[in-house]
Amino acid sequence: MTITAQYLGMPLDVSELDVENLEYFRHCAAHAFHLQACTACDLMRYPPTTACPWCANAGARWVPVDGRGSVHSYTEVHHAIQPAFRGHTPYLVLLVDLDTQKGMPGADEALRVVGNLTTADGVLAPPDMVRRVGIATRVRMVFTDVAPGLALPQWTIDETAEQPAAPWRYPQE
Amino acid sequence: MPLPSDIDATSPRYLRDKYAIVGVGETAYMRGSGRTTRALATSAVRSAIEDAGLTPADIDGMLSYQSGDSTFSPFVAGDLGIRLDFYMDVFGGGSSTEALVGMAIGLIEAGMCRTVAIFRAMNGYSQVRIGGTGVRAAAPVSGDMLHSRAYGWQSAGQMFSPTFMRHMHDYGTRPEQVAAVRVAHSEHASNNPKAYYRKRVTVADVLASRIICKPLHLLDCCVETDNGNAIIVTSVERARHCRHPPVLIRGVVGRCNKPRLDMHYQHGPISTVAGRWAREILWPNAGVGPDDVDVTGSYDAFTFTTMLQLEDYGFCRKGEGGDYVGDGTIRLGGRRPNNTSGGHLCEGYTHGINMVIENVRQLRHDADDSCPVGADGRRRHTYDYREGGCRQVRDAEVSANLGWATPGTGSAMVMRRG
Repeated sequence: MTITAQYLGMPLDVSELDVENLEYFRHCAAHAFHLQACTACDLMRYPPTTACPWCANAGARWVPVDGRGSVHSYTEVHHAIQPAFRGHTPYLVLLVDLDTQKGMPGADEALRVVGNLTTADGVLAPPDMVRRVGIATRVRMVFTDVAPGLALPQWTIDETAEQPAAPWRYPQE
Repeated sequence: MPLPSDIDATSPRYLRDKYAIVGVGETAYMRGSGRTTRALATSAVRSAIEDAGLTPADIDGMLSYQSGDSTFSPFVAGDLGIRLDFYMDVFGGGSSTEALVGMAIGLIEAGMCRTVAIFRAMNGYSQVRIGGTGVRAAAPVSGDMLHSRAYGWQSAGQMFSPTFMRHMHDYGTRPEQVAAVRVAHSEHASNNPKAYYRKRVTVADVLASRIICKPLHLLDCCVETDNGNAIIVTSVERARHCRHPPVLIRGVVGRCNKPRLDMHYQHGPISTVAGRWAREILWPNAGVGPDDVDVTGSYDAFTFTTMLQLEDYGFCRKGEGGDYVGDGTIRLGGRRPNNTSGGHLCEGYTHGINMVIENVRQLRHDADDSCPVGADGRRRHTYDYREGGCRQVRDAEVSANLGWATPGTGSAMVMRRG
């Protein structure tokens, strides 16, 4: 069934035809991150797709994935475009290399999962937390609940992990 | 300088030099055109036909590109009384121009039509803004956008910045190096009476402008404008009967992409862009290499896009793009000026077609600057590049346009003076 929801005043729709995204967000709503794994080559992919990017096989099964990784790159938005985000600047959009399947199938490939930096409760991070994060920061996945069957995977600083001495940040604060 | 190994400048390859751009046309670059995109497109196509010394009856093919924000070929052809043997309006923004030139060549070669007008018309400021504000920001987020827009990751600047940031991380590229692109293009625009922004800026100005999204300051970002642009493509035989010396198309590539275009960041290195793949087609087909190019049109949606493409097409070594754009090479008077009209950063935003128009004029040795016009109607270029002066590149013979859609998709075209 189609999900129609509001997040920060922004309409989010998941169509009943979009079975891949419905399944993806259903797992997120249970706070259990899952990705599709190919039934032929076993490789996982992100975001959801309708066939395997490496072998074109149509079959996939949903498998649980450990939501831990390190920041591969990011942007820090100071001028929000979308009305939903105008009250939340600066906010971070993180591209995170999952530890799972990193360097596979090619050395420069990884499951790079998008998310904002949030608190452990899934709320967009305050400015002092934003300033602590850069390339190589260790993060763990948390979820922002939006509606029944729909939660957004997000990232927060992994306080239990060993952090780099100085994550790379853009030189101008 | 690393180059493909099979460059052969002596033997014809594919359709090298068999097709030409014979006409260019544009409206003013405006904020608040007060006209429909249909009117802008019609005006630009009519100007390009006149520039070529042709009549509307000579046009039998029409191509355009848009993003749900513009008119379609049937209305433009109808307004000009043109009956078409082929038309197609494709979905696309940046990097479409060069790709459509390649399609036009194929159409003519296949005998489907003879002379093709390509246009892009947009009210990119007053109707549908490129940055995603206004109409585009209000649409519900669904499908693949659930993995981007739901995170406040929507505008071109926001979407491309992880590439730019990773390039700084991987290669030590500095903000002041990249800012030099804006400085150069602002100097060029100061010699372009058509440019929307004609004021020269400094590196300090760029770095002092407010941060939009890191690493982009306001002045690292292009202008948004309303305008129509058009070019005319035909065979070299017909080109010989047109008004201007033909500008010959050496080779085209597009829209060439990185792996995993559903989300190109899945494939690294993310600090490498589509030009890395496109160059393997471009230079062998064109029969020239970067060293042979006199003037470039590297797409400047942002300062970074110009730098990244010049680097990945091989104008400098990988990682040295910051030095290349900062050392004077790309400025008028330098060895290989880039975007001599001021490009998207300063002249106006067109999704790349104005950069092709500019290079056509450069290769005609007829840049429309403020130099005096002689009795024969041609400009007497002074090659004095001070503010308000000349912007013609001396003895320009070969140009390269490097079109950009995203870090994952690009198109390119090499042209030469016929």
